[in-house]
Parts: sequence; C-alpha cells; structure tokens
Amino acid sequence: MSEPSIEAVHLSRRFGSFLAVDDVSFSVARGEIFGYLGANGAGKSTTIRMLCGLLAPTAGEARVAGFDVKSAPESVKSSIGYMSQKFSLYLDLPVRDNIDFFGGAYGLSGPDFAARADEVLRLCDLEAERYATTGSLPGGIRQRLALGCAILHRPAVLFLDEPTAGVDPVSRRHFWRFIRALAREGTTIFVTTHYLDEAEYCGRIGLMVDGRLVALDTPAALKRRYVPGRVLAVRGRNLASAAASLRSRSGIIAVEPFGAGLHLQVAAADWDLASITHALTNAGAQAVEVEAGEPTLEDVFLAVVARPRDGEAHAP
Amino acid sequence: MLGRDPAQGGPAVRESLGLMPQQASLYPDLSVAENLRFFARLYCLPRALFRERSLRLLDITRLGPFLDRRADALSGGMYKKLALACALLHRPEVLLLDEPTNGVDPVSRRELWALLYELVHDGMTVLLSTPYMDEAERCHRVGLIHHGRLLLDGEPRALLAKFEDETYEVEGGERDRVDERLSSLSDVHAASPAGSTLRITVARGSAGTVATALTPLHASLRPVVPNFEDLFLARVRPEAAA
Ligand SMILES: Nc1ncnc2c1ncn2[C@@H]1O[C@H](COP(=O)(O)OP(=O)(O)OP(=O)(O)O)[C@@H](O)[C@H]1O
Ligand SMILES: [Mg+2]
Repeated sequence: MSEPSIEAVHLSRRFGSFLAVDDVSFSVARGEIFGYLGANGAGKSTTIRMLCGLLAPTAGEARVAGFDVKSAPESVKSSIGYMSQKFSLYLDLPVRDNIDFFGGAYGLSGPDFAARADEVLRLCDLEAERYATTGSLPGGIRQRLALGCAILHRPAVLFLDEPTAGVDPVSRRHFWRFIRALAREGTTIFVTTHYLDEAEYCGRIGLMVDGRLVALDTPAALKRRYVPGRVLAVRGRNLASAAASLRSRSGIIAVEPFGAGLHLQVAAADWDLASITHALTNAGAQAVEVEAGEPTLEDVFLAVVARPRDGEAHAP
Repeated sequence: MLGRDPAQGGPAVRESLGLMPQQASLYPDLSVAENLRFFARLYCLPRALFRERSLRLLDITRLGPFLDRRADALSGGMYKKLALACALLHRPEVLLLDEPTNGVDPVSRRELWALLYELVHDGMTVLLSTPYMDEAERCHRVGLIHHGRLLLDGEPRALLAKFEDETYEVEGGERDRVDERLSSLSDVHAASPAGSTLRITVARGSAGTVATALTPLHASLRPVVPNFEDLFLARVRPEAAA
C-alpha cells in the first residue's frame, strides 16, 4: 500500500471559543476524487486551508503529498494546487499574464515553463482568450483559468473549493470532464460543491455538519444508508399544499421540493406510483405525474444536514 | 421600470426598487447584527418591523447563533446569506436579485425560495438571475439569455412542453464507458450525472440508434420527463460548440 495522498488525524481548528473544525480524521488515496460536502459554515474551507498549509491546526495533524502541514507547510504548498473559494485572479491583467504570475509564484520560468503555459492554455480550452483581459471574461471561463493557474506546476494534489459556484450547466460539464481526466492521470482531487449532481462523480464523499465529519462513504453507500425508502419524482400543479397534507401520512419519509416538482421518499410497502398520484389528486393537486426516481446525493444531503432550528432566536 | 425610464426616474424609481448585486458589499468589519441594523436604518425601517423581519431572516439563513461575528469571518455562503438578508429587510415593489444563491447550500436555498414565494404572493415583483436550473424551473416566467440574445421567454412548463428533444436515463453499463461512447454520438445533445447513472437528451427519433450503440456496453435507455436543465443544455449547446 502506498502512502495516502491526504491524511487528516484528529484535525481541529478553533477561532476563539468557536470550534470550526472538530476532530476530523480521514484519508484520501492517490488519484481519488474526494468530495467534501456540508451546509454553509460547516467547516469545509477551514479544513482545506489547513490541508494546504495556509492555516495552522489548533489540534491534530495532517500530511499532504507526504509532507506534514505543521512542520513543512512550504513543501506542502509546492506539491499542491489550490483554487480558493474567493477569486484569486488579477482581473485587470490579460489571461496570459495571470498564468505568468502564478508560474512565477511557483518558481517556474524559462522555455520549459513557456511550453507548459501553452499546454495548460490548450488543456483548459483558453487559447482563444490568451490576450483577453481576465475581468472581461464570463465566470465559466475565468473559473477554467483559475484551474489552469492551479495546475501549472503539475501538483500531485488539487484542492478545489467550490470551483463551479455560479457557473452555468454547460461550463460545469466541461469543467468536470477535465477534472475527471486529471484524476485518471493520477492527480488526487479534493473538492467542495453545493451542486450535488456533480458530486456524483466523486469516488467517496465526506459529509460535514457543524465542524464534524458525520459520514464518509461512496455515493451509493450513502444513499443506501440515508435514503432507505423509494424516491418518487412528482410534477404537477398545486403540489406544495397537496404534498404538505401527505407529510403526516404513514409511509411518507420525506417531502422535498426539487425544481418545480417534488421528491417524495416513501416506504415501498405502503405506496406505489398509482396510490401517490391518487392521494395527491385527492388533496387538490392537478395534472400529477409521478415517476420512479433514483435517490440522489441531494436526498442524502437533506436527510443528513437539514436539522431542527437552533432553539430561541434573538433579535439583532 | 414601473412605467418610468429608470435612468430618468430618479428617487421615485429608486424608492420602489430593491437590488442585490452579484458582488455583495457588506461592511467587513461590522458584525452580522450591525450590518442588519445598518441596512434597516438605510431603509428607514420601523423598529417593530425590523424585529419581525430580521428574526425570520436569521432563522432562514441560520445566522442567528452568529450575530456578533464580523462579516469578514463568515464562510462564503454565510456572507452571501447575510447580504440576502440585508436586501430582504426592505419590501420594495420590485426586487432585483443578481445570482442571489451562488454558494448557498441546498437546505437554505429551499427556505429562501419559500420566502420569495411569500413575497411574490404579497404582491412583490421579483426579477432574478441564476445559474441553477432547478431555480429557473420554480419561476413563473423565465428568459434564457445567451451571448446577449434572449433565446427563450415563457412559462417553464410551456417551454418544456415545446421542447423538441427527448430525455432518457441510462440503465446499466459502466458510467465512464457509457459517457465516452455517448460523447461520440452527434444525436446526443447533453449528458449529465443523475444519481449513479447518466441522464441524456437526444434528438427526437434518435433513441433507437443511441440504444443500439449502448447495447455492447450492457446499457439501455429508460424515457424520463425532461426538466429545465435538459432544455438549457440542449439550447445552449450549439452556440457553445461553435
Ligand atoms: N477568522 C475567523 N474567525 C472566526 N470564525 C471564523 C473565521 N474563519 C472562519 N470562521 C467560522 O468557521 C466556520 C466554518 O467556516 P468555513 O469557511 O470553513 O465554512 P464552509 O463549510 O466552507 O462554508 P461555505 O459552504 O459557506 O463555504 C464558520 O462559522 C465561519 O464563520
Ligand atoms: Mg467554504
């Protein structure tokens, strides 16, 4: 067994009295695509900043690409690529100058670097934009440039913190095709996203709730564990109020809006397509169409992360 | 805008308009509570209304436990939700939201949409932009703009009813191999992950050819109802490839 690419052992980070990352342990193998999911504020970016050697853990340890993040943060930084959640590109510079700038930051120069820069522009499909001002480019293209800048030095491990936030569906697909190709060639990918459809491409997924890693498994195993019922995808008119009246019936495990429709999670013994259609129609929904659906990671996310509200609220 | 040219309308137009720009600008060194209070004063919100609305917004955004945290110490999504809460304190006749939910998690997105529906029900007009097609589908009307041109405009259900492609889920086969095979077929207009399998849109009438191409991979097609993302992918694709 070779050493894992990423290994976190009882990793924690405190800000004052607030525990943002709470005793998290996991390891990620070389070439794996590891998805790190959780609600806003769960501690995803904080974990990534510790793994990148940018923020010191307050407890625990981590090794990335063979280096200890506490004792050798500089070695960690030169072996990884990091696309941060906040934008890191210089918007007033042309695309090519951003590449040069990031190359310089990794200590790359000379003819080898020029060849690599061209290669990255081609890989990321940015050749036509080479001289364009970065700030004038649409979000999807900028995101590709940020990725290109993160892989210039051929890092063994790539940390992507919400790389596709705000990116349209077509560009997101291009982006993921590229990520999967990198992983096939042996790059380890650690990625966060709030688009749970694309998380399906992860080999394994860690789910964070309030700083703790509460689940870690393959997408299929997470679905088996957290979405035990049958998922029915429902469309129609007046669905919301009709579905609300179903909530209390036995055998209805979950009712969640998905787009203009709903996902119902039901106990297979109690309900089928016909009886659900009938029940919704009786409750006032119209033009009801019900299909058997496959459980998605969004169903898992809602089951794990949706939690009761924090007790008493105070006015600001 | 409300019958006036917004460039000339002056204060009358501005008063009835709310705006949340894509790049939200909160005060980084003010806390969550201070930012909310600042916007409440800006909108001249009476104290009782401020109390009522801010409690509701803090509940939806789950920022209640973090009132004293400075805006610059919030996570990306928490910051976005604070900006949205500040914008929603005020109840203008027309609300413009430029990608309000980027980076917002799926639980909060659902709750924010429930609130938007309430506001619209009470008479507010909301115009919003979004890269999330599940949100597009929840609008009463959508316009699809691409390279500055309005490609589609209508009710989501009506647009879907006119959608010329067919949508299928691939059953069986190994996803990566199926994906690779599909990408070489010109009748396949889009492929997306759907659960552990793929969802594809294909040119009307071409499902037979596509199914034949997948048979050696032990995969078959099951028809499903198209959604707005399928439509987006099929409509935007020709230009994207050009
Ligand atoms: N410098 C800081 N001081 C105080 N609290 C902080 C600081 N940095 C982060 N936090 C808090 O730590 C928690 C975790 O933040 P983090 O950015 O890791 O969340 P996240 O999971 O990446 O969320 P998102 O999905 O919104 O990006 C949040 O409550 C955040 O406010
Ligand atoms: Mg984050």
